[in-house]
Amino acid sequence: MTETGYNFAYLDEATKRMIRRAILKAVAIPGHQVPFGGREMPLPYGWGTGGIQVTASLIGRDDVLKVIDQGADDTTNAVSIRRFFARVAGVATTERTAAATIIQTRHRIPETPLREGQILVYQVPMPEPLFRLEPRVAETRRLHALADYGLMQVKLYEDIARLGHVGLSYNYPVMVNHRYLMSPSPIPAFDNPKMHRMPALQVFGAGREKRIYAVPPYTAVHSLDFEDHPFRPIRADARCALCGSDASYLDEVVTDDAGGRLFVCSDTDYCGERQARQRRGEAA
Amino acid sequence: MNGPILAARDLHLAFGGLRALDGVSLDLWPGEVVAIVGESGSGKSTLLRVLAGQLRPQSGQVTYRDAEGVAHAVQSLSDAALRRLSRAEWGFVHQSPRDGLRLGVSAGGNIGERLMALGARHYGRLRETAEAWLRRVEIDPGRLDDLPRAFSGGMQQRLQIARALVTGPRLVFMDEPTGGLDVSVQARLLDLIRALVAELDLAVLLVTHDIAAARLLAHRILVMRRGRVVEAGLADRVLDDPQHEYTQLLVSSVIAA
Amino acid sequence: MYVAVKGGERAISHAHAWLAALRRGEAAVPELELAQIREQLGLAVDRVMAEGACHDPDLAALAIKQACGDLIEAAFLLRAYRTTLPRFGASLPLDTARMRLWRRVSATYKDLPGGQLLGPTFDYTHRLLDFSLAAPGAPPPAPAEEACAAAAAAPRVSDLLADEGLMQPEPRAESEPPDLTRQPLACPAARPLRLQALARGDEGFLLALGYSTQRGYGNAHPFVGEIRQGAVAVEFTPPELGFPVQIGEITVTECQMVNQFLGSRTEPPQFTRGYGLVFGRGERKAMAMALVDRALRAGELGEEVTAPAQDQEFVLYHADNVEATGFVEHLKLPHHVDFQSELENLRGIRAAAQAAAATLPEAAE
Repeated sequence: MTETGYNFAYLDEATKRMIRRAILKAVAIPGHQVPFGGREMPLPYGWGTGGIQVTASLIGRDDVLKVIDQGADDTTNAVSIRRFFARVAGVATTERTAAATIIQTRHRIPETPLREGQILVYQVPMPEPLFRLEPRVAETRRLHALADYGLMQVKLYEDIARLGHVGLSYNYPVMVNHRYLMSPSPIPAFDNPKMHRMPALQVFGAGREKRIYAVPPYTAVHSLDFEDHPFRPIRADARCALCGSDASYLDEVVTDDAGGRLFVCSDTDYCGERQARQRRGEAA
Repeated sequence: MNGPILAARDLHLAFGGLRALDGVSLDLWPGEVVAIVGESGSGKSTLLRVLAGQLRPQSGQVTYRDAEGVAHAVQSLSDAALRRLSRAEWGFVHQSPRDGLRLGVSAGGNIGERLMALGARHYGRLRETAEAWLRRVEIDPGRLDDLPRAFSGGMQQRLQIARALVTGPRLVFMDEPTGGLDVSVQARLLDLIRALVAELDLAVLLVTHDIAAARLLAHRILVMRRGRVVEAGLADRVLDDPQHEYTQLLVSSVIAA
Repeated sequence: MYVAVKGGERAISHAHAWLAALRRGEAAVPELELAQIREQLGLAVDRVMAEGACHDPDLAALAIKQACGDLIEAAFLLRAYRTTLPRFGASLPLDTARMRLWRRVSATYKDLPGGQLLGPTFDYTHRLLDFSLAAPGAPPPAPAEEACAAAAAAPRVSDLLADEGLMQPEPRAESEPPDLTRQPLACPAARPLRLQALARGDEGFLLALGYSTQRGYGNAHPFVGEIRQGAVAVEFTPPELGFPVQIGEITVTECQMVNQFLGSRTEPPQFTRGYGLVFGRGERKAMAMALVDRALRAGELGEEVTAPAQDQEFVLYHADNVEATGFVEHLKLPHHVDFQSELENLRGIRAAAQAAAATLPEAAE
């Protein structure tokens, strides 16, 4: 049942074309932030309006949409966005990574490797990787134009000097195609290596800041580091309490107020599939 | 290599009715230290900024000859090319450490920044280099991880010099490097600059209103007044036998050291 | 019509009569009752109570009606009334851990003791105009029991972190905190005073400042540790009794932001807190307040103070919308005496410049 009175996927076709042009430009210049005429959306800024606009511009009637937030399909914001597209586009939705053609995500990359033909749409709160070091937008644009990224390297240097390691655990900056410094959005650094030479197209939408950027399939994505302090992805040193995975990214769940903790996969689809496989294995 | 490292011809620049540069020309040769002296408002700081490509003159030419001997018209360099030169071949020492240092970044980070901008990616070697430079500018290497905010004024200036020189520039611009420091601190800093300049064979353009600093460091002196060079020559000649009445006034106003 | 300066008195009484007529609007439309405002414009009432620094929903509703819906004007009315009330003493600190919860969300844990309780919220609504509200309808069904069942034990997230030693402890002040409504603000202001100023501060101003810290103007790395909303008991110890008695219950929203702190030479890395507490359901304000509170702690935590939100004077002296609106709007008061002297001054300078230009054939050096 689609909402009447609105165009397919909410945005009008002219707006979708404008956004698709921005996406094409973003694909042509990997990691470069392309300004676009972001629209007001019926969800508040900061809740995924950029990702929603990208998805709305890319989605067709045959697409199968998966929406995750913090890796999970059942988190409130993911449910809300999935319902929004079911309502305004009437497309099929899924919770299975492998079955989706478009995956809109906030803060995670699915554990199941993505393949050619899939599109991963990231919701981006702050597209500018340098903003903590230089808040002025005009100046950061200049720094990108000149590929002047010494400042960011200094930040990493300072972290190591103070803490012995880089103090970033999420939104860890990457160099795309050896040219542009890019924010991977606030995904855990654990997910950064998945971006490198990913067969799927990665598109990033920032609604409030009105910028789109992209990483085309099979593009080099490197996390910044030093030769003698190489980048290291971080995960909790534990196994998932549900599926036993020791390789996935884990959420910590507080079980009582006496210090009780357990860890479960943040990727609910991955965890569920593993549990199903284990049950089948037991039954067999 | 022949020819000056930096040459300026007939520079003009006016701010409203004020002529900051009024037909200024100069040559700076490799390994040479030239001091530009004059009172505040004489146009000497404006000249330095024009020579370093930070300000555009209304007319005139500035030519820089790079390490390969290629001549560049500084005013027509792209932002990217100018930045590359400023990082790789030039250094700038400001009067205020606030302008020349990142006060919220450690001493090591300040020294390492230029190296990292040029592609250095080995943390351990960056620190070794930074420590060596701290020693060279007479700062305890144990303060590598301290913020410059915690340093005295003299230490901040020495750190700024280390930051400017760590990439081995050929040309260094200094804008009143001893301004705002106590006299005893000034003397120590001048000694340090003199030793480093000789050791590294740097070409230096030094802007100062301090005649004593000019005498100690410079091979040649240009005297500026109201946007014009009123007198130029070897440092000892200009200071011991000033020809222009303004130079005579400047020199006589300095209490003999 | 032009009103001559001296005809002021009549002009004022005419203007006020006109305003009263405009306030009432079309007489054929039924007049608003205070109960309607209190019940159906509850968030406006909450905002006026917060910025008016006075918890009284009926008075706030009256102020909103009188101010024709101008919420800053309404807060002003409430403040002006509040200031006439005698001060009996200070209540005990609210114990928000014992709050009767309607809403409780944490962004830092997927699940936690007491659970996530979404409660009444605009979150996850699609902002599509609901035309069915344009016409009166039957009241919606009451919320399901399980949706509003208060969690039995919902410890504060900040306490969970503190138990693990990960949250910087807040110093416990033995003395009674200063009262911003009794003493003038002086900078540097200690945190109790700052929090009072922020709690009364303008929602829009705090929102913009909090937002600026997220955009790089200030060094913010915030997580919503917890937002909790509900009813909390107010207790007071009458001197003649010597033990606390409950004097009522108020609705408040509390936001505790958890922020990274990288530590220093003397302190290990740990989380630090940004705190927001407001009357009613002013969740946006509570969140903005927590961001700004944390930003204002930059100095005491040894962080570099560079951004407006970290600047005590800038924030505290401009947060109060009653002060701000007064001073901005005072510019429309007559200033013709000063202006006259400016006029004469400028005319004199221009005349001199023109005379000088006329006598010089060419600009000299």
